Amino acid sequence: MNSTRRKLITNPLGKDNPITVQVLGICSCLAVTAQLKPAVVMALSVTVVVALSNLIISLIRKSIPPRIRIIVQLVVVSSLVILVNQILMAFVYDVSKQLSVYVGLIITNCIVMGRLEAFAMSNKPWDSLLDGIGNGLGYGIILVILGFVRELFGRGSLWGYPVFEKIGLYNIGYENNGFIIMAPMALILVGIIIWIQRSKEQKSQ
Amino acid sequence: MEYFNIFIKSVFIDNMIFAFFLGMCSYLAVSKTVKTSLGLGVAVTFVLLITVPVNYLIDKYLLGEGALTWISPSLADVDLSFLSLIMFIAVIAAIVQIVEMIVEKFSPALYNALGIFLPLIAVNCAVLGGSLFMQQREYSNIGEVSCFALGSGIGWLIAIVGIAAIRERLKYSAIPPALKGVGITFIITGLMGIAFMSFMGIKL
Repeated sequence: MNSTRRKLITNPLGKDNPITVQVLGICSCLAVTAQLKPAVVMALSVTVVVALSNLIISLIRKSIPPRIRIIVQLVVVSSLVILVNQILMAFVYDVSKQLSVYVGLIITNCIVMGRLEAFAMSNKPWDSLLDGIGNGLGYGIILVILGFVRELFGRGSLWGYPVFEKIGLYNIGYENNGFIIMAPMALILVGIIIWIQRSKEQKSQ
Repeated sequence: MEYFNIFIKSVFIDNMIFAFFLGMCSYLAVSKTVKTSLGLGVAVTFVLLITVPVNYLIDKYLLGEGALTWISPSLADVDLSFLSLIMFIAVIAAIVQIVEMIVEKFSPALYNALGIFLPLIAVNCAVLGGSLFMQQREYSNIGEVSCFALGSGIGWLIAIVGIAAIRERLKYSAIPPALKGVGITFIITGLMGIAFMSFMGIKL
């Protein structure tokens, strides 16, 4: 794997992150991160969909008429999402219930459409697959951070395991911050992550 | 009265942006000035109002469990609901295209106002989300569905016009440089969301 290809995977994780830098795919990132487990499942689902749709569109990119390309992309993406949805319902039903409409909304996740338009339509299949995986993971990393912080401080647990109770934090008067699992707090947390990342970049320049 | 309740509920309590974060991408990208955000908001409301009832009919008479009984009783246990995602998005994309052509033909002024936003809407999560919530919440008739669609659209419109107005004023504030632009927009949306949470106690 040469360096340009490695960059396809590593860039979206940091300085070209789909959520904090390109500001794409925000809806699901905020809605599913109240706990760690749905966040991880969602991150994996999106990675699979972005990678495979990038690969498929890149394979057929020369035979797609430009005028109807959005419809073609939507059909490919929604078929993949239906597959993912059925698999989730079959194997992790409780998580799939928690994610509710947000699995379906992967279809209109801007990361998926954005990568198809910006990358897969003009690059070779292998590169597109790597780019898809990279962007999926870049999205996933933010989801995991958010899910980690929100579950740990909001419920005092991680992956359903009561961490704070085990280390006896409640005995010394700690209380769960119920506000952090509410919807608006997710937005504020993403704002703070963006703030930290940008100030780091400005310092390094 | 029932219709009015659903309308108010979907505008304020179940607001698309503050409660469910739907349509955030265009919300963040297009909210730089009040004028363009008003245009996008109207376009989203318009498209929601058409696509959600159409998808409701498709769900009720084609895809849901036992929906095909009107063709023949032997189809009573056919359940095509796994196809609903692809059907909904196809309907939305097609309707957006048709609306664009009709508006262009009959009302060039409206087309000029909405024109650039219409293609954006096919991939707006709020529009697909509207159809998916409609399916999940099991409204009982098309009137309720239309009220829900109109309410969601207007809720989205209020949110995007509100943030655009705030962002216009923000230009004159002293914000830390790293927080400028997207960062502060996120935080302000969060604060607006907290304000909207106070509607949650209302019983309808």
